[in-house]
Amino acid sequence: MEYFDLQLEELPLVSDRLDRLERTTSAASNVTSTQIGRAVTRLEDLPLVSGGGRFAASISFPRQLHMRVVRADHAHGKILSIDASRALAHGCVAVWTAKDVTEVPPIEFRPTSVKGLEPYCQPVIARDRVRYVGEPVAVVFAEDPYEAEDAADLVSVEIEDLPVIVDADQPPGEFAAGYSTEPTVIRKVYGNVDEIFRTAGVVVELDLSIGRHSGVPLETRGAIANYDVARDVLELHAATKRPHANRDMLARLLHRTPSSIHLYECHIGGGFGVRGEIYPEDVLVCLAALRFSRPVKWIEDRRENLIACNHSRQQHHCIRAAVDSHGRVLAIDDTFFHDQGAYVRTHGTRVAEGTAGMLPGPYRVPAYRVTGHYRLTNKTPAATYRSPGRYESTFVCERLMDAVAAKTGIDRIEVRRRNLIAKSEMPYVRPVDIRDHQVVMDSGDYAGLLDKALARIGWDDLYAHLKRRRASGEAVGAGIGIFVERSGLGPVDGVRITVDSGGSIEVVTGAASVGQGVETVLAQIAADVLGVDYRMVRVVHGRTDRIDYGFGTHAARTTVMTGSATHIAAQNLRAKALKIGAEMFDAAVDTLDIVDGRIIRKGHPEGASVTLAELASMLTPAAMAKTGRDPGLTAEGWFHSDAHSYPYGVHIAVVRVDRETGDVKVERYLAAYDVGRAINPMLVEGQIVGCVAQGLGGALLEEFVYDPNGAPLSTTLADYLMPTAHDVPDVEFLLTEDAPSPTNPLGIKGAGEGGISPVGATIASAIDDAIGVAGAVTQLPVTPMRLRAILRGLGS
Amino acid sequence: MLDKIDIELTVNGHAYALRVEPRRILADVLREQCGLTANAGCEHGVCGSCTVLIDGEPARSCLMFAVQAQGKQIRTVESLADGNRLHPLQQAFIDHHALQCGFCTPGFLMLACGALERDPLLSDDDLLNVLSSNLCRCTGYQNIIRAVRAAATQMRTG
Repeated sequence: MEYFDLQLEELPLVSDRLDRLERTTSAASNVTSTQIGRAVTRLEDLPLVSGGGRFAASISFPRQLHMRVVRADHAHGKILSIDASRALAHGCVAVWTAKDVTEVPPIEFRPTSVKGLEPYCQPVIARDRVRYVGEPVAVVFAEDPYEAEDAADLVSVEIEDLPVIVDADQPPGEFAAGYSTEPTVIRKVYGNVDEIFRTAGVVVELDLSIGRHSGVPLETRGAIANYDVARDVLELHAATKRPHANRDMLARLLHRTPSSIHLYECHIGGGFGVRGEIYPEDVLVCLAALRFSRPVKWIEDRRENLIACNHSRQQHHCIRAAVDSHGRVLAIDDTFFHDQGAYVRTHGTRVAEGTAGMLPGPYRVPAYRVTGHYRLTNKTPAATYRSPGRYESTFVCERLMDAVAAKTGIDRIEVRRRNLIAKSEMPYVRPVDIRDHQVVMDSGDYAGLLDKALARIGWDDLYAHLKRRRASGEAVGAGIGIFVERSGLGPVDGVRITVDSGGSIEVVTGAASVGQGVETVLAQIAADVLGVDYRMVRVVHGRTDRIDYGFGTHAARTTVMTGSATHIAAQNLRAKALKIGAEMFDAAVDTLDIVDGRIIRKGHPEGASVTLAELASMLTPAAMAKTGRDPGLTAEGWFHSDAHSYPYGVHIAVVRVDRETGDVKVERYLAAYDVGRAINPMLVEGQIVGCVAQGLGGALLEEFVYDPNGAPLSTTLADYLMPTAHDVPDVEFLLTEDAPSPTNPLGIKGAGEGGISPVGATIASAIDDAIGVAGAVTQLPVTPMRLRAILRGLGS
Repeated sequence: MLDKIDIELTVNGHAYALRVEPRRILADVLREQCGLTANAGCEHGVCGSCTVLIDGEPARSCLMFAVQAQGKQIRTVESLADGNRLHPLQQAFIDHHALQCGFCTPGFLMLACGALERDPLLSDDDLLNVLSSNLCRCTGYQNIIRAVRAAATQMRTG
């Protein structure tokens, strides 16, 4: 291919736009960076632009059966009967109900210190009750997917209605006999909150809601299970996110040993947190493949995706802050209601815990109490969606800052400055823990980035200009949001790197890919250390059969954790290669270098050399006897980190409100982000801009709406609106590397979730400013109808 | 299973002789029986991931029955490259990081290809209107717009 014929220096770079990357001292590695930090084009792209994409719908096996789920159309009720006779008469292969899967336990959740969640887990097929519209009540297997759908329509389910809870604020009801719909309350506290409120000069109170929305990737979920009888191995294809952990969970649910199950990733059409968890359908295709000894394929349609794939975000907060006369927050007391939907799913209470732990944001909050009511309702169950718990907490915290400004008469930006944790206070220990990990902000210059963001957008001139436009009648305004994120979930990651006799470098990881460019980033890191072109590096991911331990791709962890392990493994491999080279050339190791895959003496590129490929060829098992060396040019690297890294950012938005229609036009959007160290600035930008687009969706458009009976109303993409090219402005991106993380050798922080959490708050702040009413926006999304109602309520 | 009928589809210049139920949608037939790319994101014509060209016009292959496409010239993303040489749109998408997961990409490529072949001088505003037909959940669109503009320039100057 022409593209691959280019020399490394000739590769097209997108850096003319990204040359505003503001670097201070980057974390040092002991080789000159030739590829880390460069906006090189992606290894992943060629197949994806030329029809080589293999998404779940393209994966098929001979003799496969197709699975179709029969879903409850009542939000809460007792299952009286299920009649599959017409379906079977129509000609499907089998119909299962709960009685056919009694040996499968309900789906587990991740380890947690929270007690009492087990009774609330979801069975793979509803047992005596259904608890949300969309819950599986039966599954049909047929030779053809259209036939499976026909047959599923012929299954009759009789349900006796039970009282429906659609509102997490209303008093808890009955989940099952003896179990209320409030499994737990999350509580955190530090400082003498009540005393401070008693004596506070100023108290600010807000009632805030974030609408129910979620990742909604463009590809719906799918799963293809294949039982290889000859090897007694169960394969699950189109897996992602946490292949090894999912394999282990499936092993427990299916009563098989883990090494007899292999998970395979193909191309994945977006994850955003919602794809790649174990859902009932994943377990069912596996069970069916085992029982029928035939491959079983399941691809959901969009309606199913909108009512059965994890929801997220819906919380209602009642927050109070005690403030002094200078606008400094003295204490925060927040009570919130987390709408979990019908069941506890694989994340347990993690999202609500994350909200509770991160709500104080980048601010110094001397005393804090949070009470999180984790409530079940008769809606689709919820779990993590990009920046889980933090889109919610940032909305609340930033609305609070604007409210403090309004109450005290101090400028919005100045109030934030007075409360921001200073660079000199890093690492900053917040006396709260999230899942037994204390919140410790590792590094950050929040005020510094705020200054840079304001300078980049030219805040003073911008604001003067907006005032003039307002004077001429336009409802225009600017908003700001400051946030700290949490990335690099550990505690460990490991990779294995091997050079083959052809000179190709294979990096085998336990990471997954949801489309973000994992292969490219890891290749850049490995290539940088090994002195090869990154295009010589193949990164293996999403395969449980290629590496024994893997920790997946989620929580913005891959560049930090897998990248650090790759760096360590590459250094180990480099050291091994140079040691052998040193013996071959009878030279000291530090006089050698690797350039373009050749070991040479430094300063003598034309002199004696040996390629990594040649070295690999020499290291045979037969040669072991003579040299005592293990065969192969290969090395492992393990990276341990118990500490999260905390990237941070500042967003500024300019909006224009149409007072007639309630439409909000986002005219400008600046996202400033400190990533610690960017391996590939172009990919970081891609993540941040993608985050902003989704954040705008949550701020203005996206909502899962239910009627009072629990019937979902957002069941097509014409109801659940997502941003189009018209809705997302040209995001101005300011990337800085001012605060490398001390928690990993390259100083990296994650970017995958780094641009979404402040968007709701930033847009709310801008809308308030545009209509001239502080605190007008208390609920997301700010749909045109809601904004018109606000404006009418104000008498506009 | 409903009765199948014999049809012939012309895709990317090749004739495919197929037996299909009349209710089979074009996207499914292209993918399952022709082994070509038509990613179905919604099956109700909103997301545009399934966009192919039918007689040069961008069309939602999820909203057509395969039998309706008989006698038409169908083009999928596999038609863009000329052997090993990428189409300017494909190269531009790579150069400008206009794709992340890649699921919407074939649809955007065919949408842009159809629009630019019809009107190589498409204005920026018209281009934005065209591109707003399709959804992308990963990129935030700006790199897609940049890529299509860059390719348009190259396609004009050739």
